Amino acid sequence: MYCDRCGFPKDNSDHGFCEAARKLEPPRYCTHCRRRMKVQVVPAGWTATCVEHGTVTA
Amino acid sequence: MREIFERVLATGVGLDEAGILEVLRSPDEELPELLQAAHDVRMKWCGPEVEVEGIVSLKTGGCPEDCHFCSQSGLFASPVRSVWLDIPSLVEAAKQTAATGATEFCIVAAVRGPDRRLMDQMREGVKAIREAVDIQVAASLGMLTQEQVDELVEMGVHRYNHNLETCRSFFPNVVTTHSWEERWSTLKMVRDSGMEVCCGGILGLGESIEQRAEFAAQLAELDPHEVPMNFLNPRPGTPLGDQPVVEGPDALRAIAAFRLAMPRTILRYAGGREITLGDLGTRDGLLGGINAVIVGNYLTTLGRPATEDLALLADLKMPVKALSATL
Ligand code: SF4
Ligand SMILES: [Zn+2]
Ligand SMILES: [Zn+2]
Repeated sequence: MYCDRCGFPKDNSDHGFCEAARKLEPPRYCTHCRRRMKVQVVPAGWTATCVEHGTVTA
Repeated sequence: MREIFERVLATGVGLDEAGILEVLRSPDEELPELLQAAHDVRMKWCGPEVEVEGIVSLKTGGCPEDCHFCSQSGLFASPVRSVWLDIPSLVEAAKQTAATGATEFCIVAAVRGPDRRLMDQMREGVKAIREAVDIQVAASLGMLTQEQVDELVEMGVHRYNHNLETCRSFFPNVVTTHSWEERWSTLKMVRDSGMEVCCGGILGLGESIEQRAEFAAQLAELDPHEVPMNFLNPRPGTPLGDQPVVEGPDALRAIAAFRLAMPRTILRYAGGREITLGDLGTRDGLLGGINAVIVGNYLTTLGRPATEDLALLADLKMPVKALSATL
């Protein structure tokens, strides 16, 4: 698993800063494969798409 | 300092650069009085209404320019990828914005200036929005030619955003792929076309207090209809990614100083206020010169939910400006 903000592995490292930042940011990296996702932000939400692993929205 | 506040309040004439600098240098103990003075000026010269706006990115990322704060430049190792919004989603975003009570919807593209493809998308998008949604359409598409200015007017775009970003003397530290003067010349064309001019910038790029005063004075000279105030939200991978965020009291002093420099402008909270000011500071700014907000998300980052801002405005007894009042 990878951090969806910084793209580095989630295993042992601390991503507390990323998690806090993510409250005001959409994800940028796919958690499965670490690819940069195509992200569209709209006033009331966002969608993030990995070519391999599909789309997440909020 | 009370004397200069009284003069701005009475005459509606903004502070000059020296006066702005004095305000920016004032100590923390004087901040409450300063915010009150800016609030009084706003109430007298603009009234209690707050203009609410939503923004959306029509074309994200992959920009050829190198604005050092921007996650959408294609020249930095930013994780933001290039993406286009389709027209049905654009119309949906305008609908969501109008549903909050907003009167303004600004369509933004990360470009040096529009090409034919972008102008065609704009034409189609603005038409579709005007047919489906009761909202005023603004645009922010970078530097324009005279033909493009004319085309936007003809499409019915009523306001154009083009930020000078920072003062003239600091601009080359932040952007090297185009000049401050090039931005200024687009603003002149927009002004002459009859479109409303929206022009602001970002604080916290590394500029000095003197340069902040210089910037406010240069904006006052331009006399824009609207001034969006952003505070740097350092973006990963950009040259300013490790820049510290503006301290809350400095941000509030800047808000008051900009209001006292431009008593009649629409002074809008834009990006970065959440991390710079938080909830409490957001309230202080609305009681210290701000009279417009962007609600909902920004272009590549998220804002707080529109409902929270609207609840705050209701709490402050500041009515949302109605569409009829802006036409
Ligand atoms: S021109 Fe606009 S989108 Fe392009 S790098 Fe500068 S601020 Fe970002
Ligand atoms: Zn991380
Ligand atoms: Zn993936």
